[in-house]
Amino acid sequence: MSPDDPMLPVAYRVEKVTKETRDTFTLVTRRVDRAPRHAFEPGQFSMLYVCAVGELPISISGDTADKQNLTYTVRSVGQVTNQLVSLGVGDTLGVRGPFGVPWPVEEARGKDVVVVAGGIGLAPLRPVLYHILRRREEYGRLVLLYGARSPQDQLFRKELTQWSQAPESRVLTTVDYGGVNWHGHVGVVTTMFRYVRLRPERTIAMVCGPEIMMRFVARELETRGVERSQIRVSMERNMKCGCGFCGHCQYGPDFICKDGPVFSYDRIQSRMEAYEI
Amino acid sequence: MPRFFRLDEPALDGLIEALRQQGYTAVGPRVRDGAVIYDEISSVADLPQGWASEQEAGKYRLNRDPSAGPFDYVIGPSSWKQWLHPPEARLFAAERENGAFRILPNTTSAPRYALVGVRACELAAIAIQDRVLLGDRYTDPIYQARRKALFVVAVNCTRSAATCFCASMQTGPRAVEGFDLALTPVGNGRQYLGETGTDAGAAVAGELGWPEAPPEMMSEAAETVRAAARAQTRNVALEGLAEALTAAAEHPRWETVAKRCMACGNCTLACPTCFCTTVEDTSTVDGARAERWRKWDSCFTQSFSYIHGGSVRTSVKSRYRQWLTHKLAYWQQQFGTPGCVGCGRCITWCPAGIDLTEEARALRA
Ligand SMILES: Cc1cc2nc3c(=O)[nH]c(=O)nc-3n(C[C@H](O)[C@H](O)[C@H](O)COP(=O)(O)OP(=O)(O)OC[C@H]3O[C@@H](n4cnc5c(N)ncnc54)[C@H](O)[C@@H]3O)c2cc1C
Ligand code: SF4
Ligand code: SF4
Ligand code: FES
Repeated sequence: MSPDDPMLPVAYRVEKVTKETRDTFTLVTRRVDRAPRHAFEPGQFSMLYVCAVGELPISISGDTADKQNLTYTVRSVGQVTNQLVSLGVGDTLGVRGPFGVPWPVEEARGKDVVVVAGGIGLAPLRPVLYHILRRREEYGRLVLLYGARSPQDQLFRKELTQWSQAPESRVLTTVDYGGVNWHGHVGVVTTMFRYVRLRPERTIAMVCGPEIMMRFVARELETRGVERSQIRVSMERNMKCGCGFCGHCQYGPDFICKDGPVFSYDRIQSRMEAYEI
Repeated sequence: MPRFFRLDEPALDGLIEALRQQGYTAVGPRVRDGAVIYDEISSVADLPQGWASEQEAGKYRLNRDPSAGPFDYVIGPSSWKQWLHPPEARLFAAERENGAFRILPNTTSAPRYALVGVRACELAAIAIQDRVLLGDRYTDPIYQARRKALFVVAVNCTRSAATCFCASMQTGPRAVEGFDLALTPVGNGRQYLGETGTDAGAAVAGELGWPEAPPEMMSEAAETVRAAARAQTRNVALEGLAEALTAAAEHPRWETVAKRCMACGNCTLACPTCFCTTVEDTSTVDGARAERWRKWDSCFTQSFSYIHGGSVRTSVKSRYRQWLTHKLAYWQQQFGTPGCVGCGRCITWCPAGIDLTEEARALRA
């Protein structure tokens, strides 16, 4: 056995489970062998292994400043994610990685940052928000546009309020279906742009959500004068390895696991407009 | 120390025996179920002497040919990736108790293979898999261990099948690097010109005391291999191909070929460079022990591109496009080489007789 076998998981213990919504849970995990946790950057993902069940790519949703834990927010949609969210405190899961190209938090220094998230897409972006808010003065304006299916499907509700109270920061949320008690915005996330005034020449955007949402958001940002190279999106494809071996995540000439998942929109724009690539 | 030697059939037997003595498992061509495949061999008698293959798009036939020497066959459906990047490999085993589990170390040591009869196109294919599995950001330890322990006896081709196009891919038919020893059949395929490629190869040659090759043997060998190149009827024009294919994503030809393609995945299994894999989890009935296995996969399956909500590539058209564009275009961008070595297997073993060289040409039109 090679110590640097990228296909070999390391055991982490579940320390805490938080129910975010009816189908989404946040797992705080810590290395079983008490060695330092894997280093990661905002936007990177792990391959999480549930013993005898399977393995999945899941983004790290925790704070890089938390030196003890790796935190994941998982939406239960199928076989393996169902098992993941039903893990309890004390259970073990396997962690490989972290893998992938992170969000451009360094490049964004001094710029206005527009974060656009749809659904579970807020999870991989949360480390960016932690990062920026901890160094608030090093960045320009911060805008978070967040769309969820319904008010009950909003993630991190308490934090959304906290973030909106940070200096020079705006948080705008929208839902697809509001229900009678909802007084907020209803509509797709692209409709929120009319409430914010962008300074396109000094703006960098980070977008994560369903592919169709990212396509529309990217077009909208472009219409508002943000350059393609300043728009970053996080792509999703089937992944069986995370490290360039299995071939499943190929997206044209790129491997999403190692050349992404975060891509500059100018690199993949034509692919995003094409069908079944 | 000379680099070129003369070998006769007993000397070839001596080579196989010497490699086995050194602890290698010798693997070479054999006839099985009407085709030449690769499996363990113990002597020259195991080789496909007296057999010649007839190949065309969608057709393979092995015929009796008394004039054929042990290496006059042209490659069949199996490739060496079966030995280096095995169809099934255990990634790890784990023991489980009360919600906790422990990963058990993989203790089995890598097999030591001596591959006998590796063609030039196949050496190129191994070099390509090296780039994918060793030469990029991460290293696959299963492949690496087998690769490191490898001894390669290449054999230059003296015949081409109608499906061969290595000459146009610049990978053959003469082996120039990546071997410990290379042999060229001469004199009706019953004698060999031996060439050393590494110190390990030279050591074996020295130990076996092969005589130095006479100059006329070298010119005869060179001419036979050149003749095999000249006999090739198919070709792919590499110049500008990657750019042309990348730009051809919406070409109507994809629809035409998709009507013939059955998405069976034979081409990806037979292809010596295709590396894609999936994983499978198994466990004992009581759940106390689990294993994770890696298995060959194919981009022709619908599940290959499955993400929650459905597969990305549902149409056969999009899957054929992925395959061909990966082979001839994306691969170039990913690994600095085409993903095709011109071995022709995908042409021969396609049940619909789809010909990659013909598709590549049509897509540029
Ligand atoms: C880079 C990346 C980061 C992700 N981050 C998160 C996150 O932070 N939180 C979260 O909830 N989800 C995330 N996902 C999506 C998550 O991996 C899928 O929802 C999950 O794989 C679904 O698996 P399942 O077995 O529960 O579903 P099923 O629909 O039963 O899927 C069956 C199998 O298909 C494969 N598969 C299905 N969907 C995907 C997919 N999207 N990507 C890769 N393989 C898939 C898996 O092998 C899975 O086991 C991420 C995906 C990627 C590519
Ligand atoms: S694509 Fe076809 S001809 Fe090319 S290496 Fe693969 S099997 Fe051989
Ligand atoms: S052609 Fe298909 S199976 Fe072969 S390496 Fe490319 S994606 Fe994998
Ligand atoms: S996930 Fe396996 S190659 Fe990218």
